[in-house]
Amino acid sequence: MKRFIGFIKKEFYHIFRDTRSLFILFGMPIAQILLFGFAITNEINNVDIAILDHSKDATTQEIINKISASKYFTIDQLITRESDIEEAFQKGKIKAVLNFEKDFSKNLIKERQATLQIITDATDPNTANTITNYINSILKNYEQSKNKNIKLDYQVVSETRMVYNPELKSVFTFVPGVMTIILMLVSAMMTSISITREKELGTMEILLVSPITPFQVIIGKVVPYIFLSVINAAVIVLLSIFVFNMPVQGSLFLLGAESVLFIITSLALGILISTISETQQTAMMISLMGLMLPVILLSGFIFPISSMPEPLQIISHIIPAKWFIIIIKGIMLKGVDLSFLWKESLILISMTVLFIGLSIKKYKIRLE
Amino acid sequence: MSINVSNISKSYKKVKALKGITFDVKEGELFGLIGPDGAGKTTLFRILTTLLFSDEGEANVAGYDVVSDYKDIRQSVGYMPGRFSLYQDLTVEENLNFFATIFGTTIDENYDLIKDIYIQIEPFKKRRAGQLSGGMKQKLALSCALIHKPKVLFLDEPTTGVDPVSRKEFWDMLKRLQKKGITILVSTPYMDEAALCDRIALIQDGEILEIDSPTSIVHKFPKAIYNIGANNMYQLIQSLNNYEHLYSVYPFGEFVHYADKRPSFDITELVQYLDAQGLKNISIEPTQPNIEDTFMELAKK
Amino acid sequence: MKEENVIEAQGLTKTFGDFTAVNAISFEVKKGEIFGFLGANGAGKTTAMKMLIGISKPSSGEAKVAGFDVYSQTESIKKNIGYMSQKFALYDDLTVKENINFFGGIYGLSRAKIKEKMKQLIDELGLEHIADQLVGSLPLGWKQKLSFSVSLLHEPKIVFLDEPTGGVDPITRRQFWEMIYKSANEGTTIFVTTHYMDEAEYCDRVSIMVDGRIDALDTPKMLKKQFKVDNMNDVFLKLARG
Repeated sequence: MKRFIGFIKKEFYHIFRDTRSLFILFGMPIAQILLFGFAITNEINNVDIAILDHSKDATTQEIINKISASKYFTIDQLITRESDIEEAFQKGKIKAVLNFEKDFSKNLIKERQATLQIITDATDPNTANTITNYINSILKNYEQSKNKNIKLDYQVVSETRMVYNPELKSVFTFVPGVMTIILMLVSAMMTSISITREKELGTMEILLVSPITPFQVIIGKVVPYIFLSVINAAVIVLLSIFVFNMPVQGSLFLLGAESVLFIITSLALGILISTISETQQTAMMISLMGLMLPVILLSGFIFPISSMPEPLQIISHIIPAKWFIIIIKGIMLKGVDLSFLWKESLILISMTVLFIGLSIKKYKIRLE
Repeated sequence: MSINVSNISKSYKKVKALKGITFDVKEGELFGLIGPDGAGKTTLFRILTTLLFSDEGEANVAGYDVVSDYKDIRQSVGYMPGRFSLYQDLTVEENLNFFATIFGTTIDENYDLIKDIYIQIEPFKKRRAGQLSGGMKQKLALSCALIHKPKVLFLDEPTTGVDPVSRKEFWDMLKRLQKKGITILVSTPYMDEAALCDRIALIQDGEILEIDSPTSIVHKFPKAIYNIGANNMYQLIQSLNNYEHLYSVYPFGEFVHYADKRPSFDITELVQYLDAQGLKNISIEPTQPNIEDTFMELAKK
Repeated sequence: MKEENVIEAQGLTKTFGDFTAVNAISFEVKKGEIFGFLGANGAGKTTAMKMLIGISKPSSGEAKVAGFDVYSQTESIKKNIGYMSQKFALYDDLTVKENINFFGGIYGLSRAKIKEKMKQLIDELGLEHIADQLVGSLPLGWKQKLSFSVSLLHEPKIVFLDEPTGGVDPITRRQFWEMIYKSANEGTTIFVTTHYMDEAEYCDRVSIMVDGRIDALDTPKMLKKQFKVDNMNDVFLKLARG
């Protein structure tokens, strides 16, 4: 046991004396979370639009006021002719043009219908969609306020509720996803270079000619990083809660426990990479390239897995991150407890055991 | 017998690094493996310390077989590999502590064994190992290899690339260690260090040329050796190379070691020949062959 | 006729912060001399050599190599010297011929010249049978000899050898030194560092550095006389031990 503690002590010395590792370990995650949280957003705010009002009557004015009062849109210019629309878009500032037809009020009263054309810049289709939806919902609102006393024969009223994320804040999607990616990458990278560094420096030779066992070496290298990654995870969660106002509906304790589990899984994966790489460069390449892309694409972080072709869906099962994202979204956004997450947790546990078992098996006890 | 090596062979792809090596090292002996780079010394060490498998042959160390009892060997030998293999970012003290702990002991327990060596680096005990000079790194590596009181010590080229002063100090330390009953197998390319061993094995290209004590080995040189000096070394060598009775000539410091084909000859004849070649200040004196002469002679075959 | 000085150093110094690696060394090396540059690890040899071959700027003092100033004419220095060290050798994954071609090109030799030198080199070293073999597969001794010859391809005035014979077997070592003697005889100046004290004896003159200073500079014979010993190893021990 003392042997083991001595080994862990040495690993801690290495970690704290290597400023580069420390930077990757702590600096990178924080930087990433802040970047993702603030910079990337699916919402729209203060989008510049232009108005082409052929009627210029009281109704159009009411609608225009409503739109400009919302925080989503800023009315940037008023166009007078249809031919100016193209130019407005090409200048690049305007994302949408609202074209009110002639005799808007009159048509609304007499024909019971007036047309407002929404023209959006769809070079970014997502934003175009969002703009259209927002405008439509403002219009719907206006409509309903005007229709208060009128009863129609058939009415299908749709009531939408965005469960768990009523404001449709994109931060809610990104934070769990980014947290998963960061924890996985950092953990795997750190441990993957750990064993290879000993091989490269030649210290592995002396370690081999000593009583210490492969099991002790492997576990001894994983343990220090558990402590450090947990601190990382805690920082990320705290940032999410206090800076991005993300709720944690479920138990913080469960969140912590599952995070520790996932961290151990990633560390174990890193160690496995370490046992099969000869140089630190190879190890970093494998963990960065070999893990990053599949994880980002196939874990359900950005693209929903259910929309992917069948073979890819099957592959996504073997990516630990996929299971953890389900777990973390469940706890943070839905507030579920272990009874709903036991399957995913069990999968992570088995993966961990598998990685560690394989590492011990692949650990070379001789030099060739 | 502390180390038994029997017909060990090892190949890497096409190259045969070791060709049927056989020798023994007695308990408490200071045994030198003398040979240049590529002779197979490191490969042999790695096989004996259980880091590599041999293709053929057997070996045992301190009574344990290198293949089946490798765990026992790894607990009871001290190993100093060819290049500095300690943790550069750990201090002297931390390195020593680490290895003591790994072997299940403490620095205090066997301190008397490393005391002579450690006091030389003790003033630097808080310095990171990577910042020590070459000589100090060696002493630290030696201390770490001894800290668990091994029965057998394997030192692979411990003095390579280190200046003569540190080399001399290192060998003084080895001699003192030997008195404490540790069997030491050390490899070196420096022939002058060979003279300090109890017995040596001359090794070249994976084969052992000869095994014996240093004093006996020099008697294996078949001819009488003369120290010849002159004013121009290059010219001297050229002239001798053109001499019909030449057996061998090699520069050795300010003289050349010359051996003649004939069993005995008249020195003045040689002096006259050299004089005729235009050399001045010619001196010829008989001298003893040394280990390097013997090595080169044996390697020729 | 005054013999030309191929190296002239006057108060050459190099400091790193408040640590003085090379402490105002002064010496000269004449044309065709075999000059041994000795010293313990950490004495400042490598730092001094780096200044002389033009890859490190001195902190103070002056020096000229092959007539060029080490501060302002380093490119000319590099063109006029040869350099060989154990660490830098040849490309293991190129053949003997490919290496010669490559380095010939780097030194700016014309194709005709490279061809001429290649033939000369291969003949002299007896490498016909392995000229198309990868250098990495050659024994160390061959590599060293080839390395040395390559450093002379452009017929430099002076060649710097950094521990060229480390680990090499005794026979090859001597063959190597015979090559050095031949070069020196033909007028190339040789500046060599080594840890083999018997090789120090092969030099015309030897300097020994201790803690950044040159503490001894003379012929081996005179040094042995001065310290009352009969070999260079003991000179070194006496000097270093004080």
